Amino acid sequence: MQADSAGPESEHVAAYHALRDGKLTYQRCRDCAHCWLPERTECPGCLGNRIDRLDACGAAKLVSWVVYHHAFVPAFADSIPYTVGLIELREGPRLISNIVGVDDPEQLRIDQELSLQVTRRRSVDVPLFTPSTARDGRYK
Amino acid sequence: MRGKYVIAGVGHTKYGSLPGRSTHSLHAEAVRNALYDANICKSDVDALLVKGPTSAPELLYGQRLAESLGISPRVGGVWDQGGAANASLIGYAAMAIEHGQCEIAVVTFADNPKTGDRSVYSRARGEGALFGWGGVPAGYAMVARRHMSELGTRPEHLGAVVVNSRRNAAANSNAQLRNKPITLDEYLARDYLVSPLRRDDCALVSDGAASVVVMSARRARELKVQRPVPILGFGQGQTSLDIAQRPRLTSTMASSSAATAFAMAGLKPADIDVAQLYDCFSIVVLMTLEDYGFCKPGQSGRFVEDGALEVGGRLPINTAGGLLAETGMPGMQLIIEGVRQMRGDAVTQVPNAKTCVISNQGGVMHTHSTLILGN
Repeated sequence: MQADSAGPESEHVAAYHALRDGKLTYQRCRDCAHCWLPERTECPGCLGNRIDRLDACGAAKLVSWVVYHHAFVPAFADSIPYTVGLIELREGPRLISNIVGVDDPEQLRIDQELSLQVTRRRSVDVPLFTPSTARDGRYK
Repeated sequence: MRGKYVIAGVGHTKYGSLPGRSTHSLHAEAVRNALYDANICKSDVDALLVKGPTSAPELLYGQRLAESLGISPRVGGVWDQGGAANASLIGYAAMAIEHGQCEIAVVTFADNPKTGDRSVYSRARGEGALFGWGGVPAGYAMVARRHMSELGTRPEHLGAVVVNSRRNAAANSNAQLRNKPITLDEYLARDYLVSPLRRDDCALVSDGAASVVVMSARRARELKVQRPVPILGFGQGQTSLDIAQRPRLTSTMASSSAATAFAMAGLKPADIDVAQLYDCFSIVVLMTLEDYGFCKPGQSGRFVEDGALEVGGRLPINTAGGLLAETGMPGMQLIIEGVRQMRGDAVTQVPNAKTCVISNQGGVMHTHSTLILGN
């Protein structure tokens, strides 16, 4: 677990989540094709430093999720209950984010399809995810 | 190495709220008790191996502590592995003695997060602050959800672990939750803290210290140590720090840690009479049962049903209450209870127990360490 707490400065966030022009990006190694998040200056696969940054297509799946009923993070006390998911992008990299647009998060399913939804929240652009079936009315 | 080194003495403080006590003060009491238990002099100690206080990391803490204890160790310092460190340090002590670096090692831990500062436990994880991703229980809840959804583990299975620890703590007059047994129905009726985990699934927060003395079996005979407990095997393993970077959530390097320890001991899971499994969160016990080979992957839920964890059951575990009910101390209490079981003087004693496996782990199942004791 990372012990240091970073403030929500938008520049820092943009670098960490590689948000660029409203899109989520990830890194890929030119030498070994390994793909990853969060941002690094060397490839964790082969330790090379010839790195490309690519746009994520926005398709993802839900690896796991939790629902907060306690204000471990005081800034989110008013949002309880809220859902934090572990998400795997179609391109491979995994990240933590909120799953939004869900009535009953206990009914989510592992491996279900998610869609990226870059949203401006508290004056910061953040990459959120919503179930891909939202449009067919299964999830609101 | 098997059986060549022993735990010669154990000592600890009271557990729970110990206001006004510094970690150095807590260490001093636990070390004094461990030396008394081993019946050796402080001047015999030439290694001081320390797990630093989780809630308040400090530069050169091991050396500061050595000064407080009046020890000038040949080998000393803090080992940073979170909750895996105590078991790992016992292994290092054995290896250091084997190679002539020292003769008698004290391994010790103290912390005071209950009456002191424990903000470190609820700090948001890096960028997680943006998503409300903070608090240690949430990391374990993320792992638990995957285990439940992928493998069919049920709340009743988490509850079986909790009920067992609370029942064993009820018999332990030193346990923080000695008056708080819980039934499975009561457990299931509790609200979620961060679903799928309830507060009862989470370790206690505790002040306290515990220490052990490690030396060779030969030295223990020379010093006429009364009740040395042989170390049969040990091992370690580490998976990713960040759970998002973990290729699988439902298994960790606990498996290789255990494989190393079992190979050294020349034992297999079926040879184990009693286990002290790190239970900072109930889900960890289930995954450890699988990773250690006590059952197949995904079968731990079924394994713990029907009283399997009680004395007389398939595998009695956490006989003093563990982190869930004795004290939230990260790991040393499990080692001390393992020593009691091997000496045959535990309060909830497994009759004729000859082997005990102990797991320690830290981070969110990041670091892992295994210790196998005999008698």
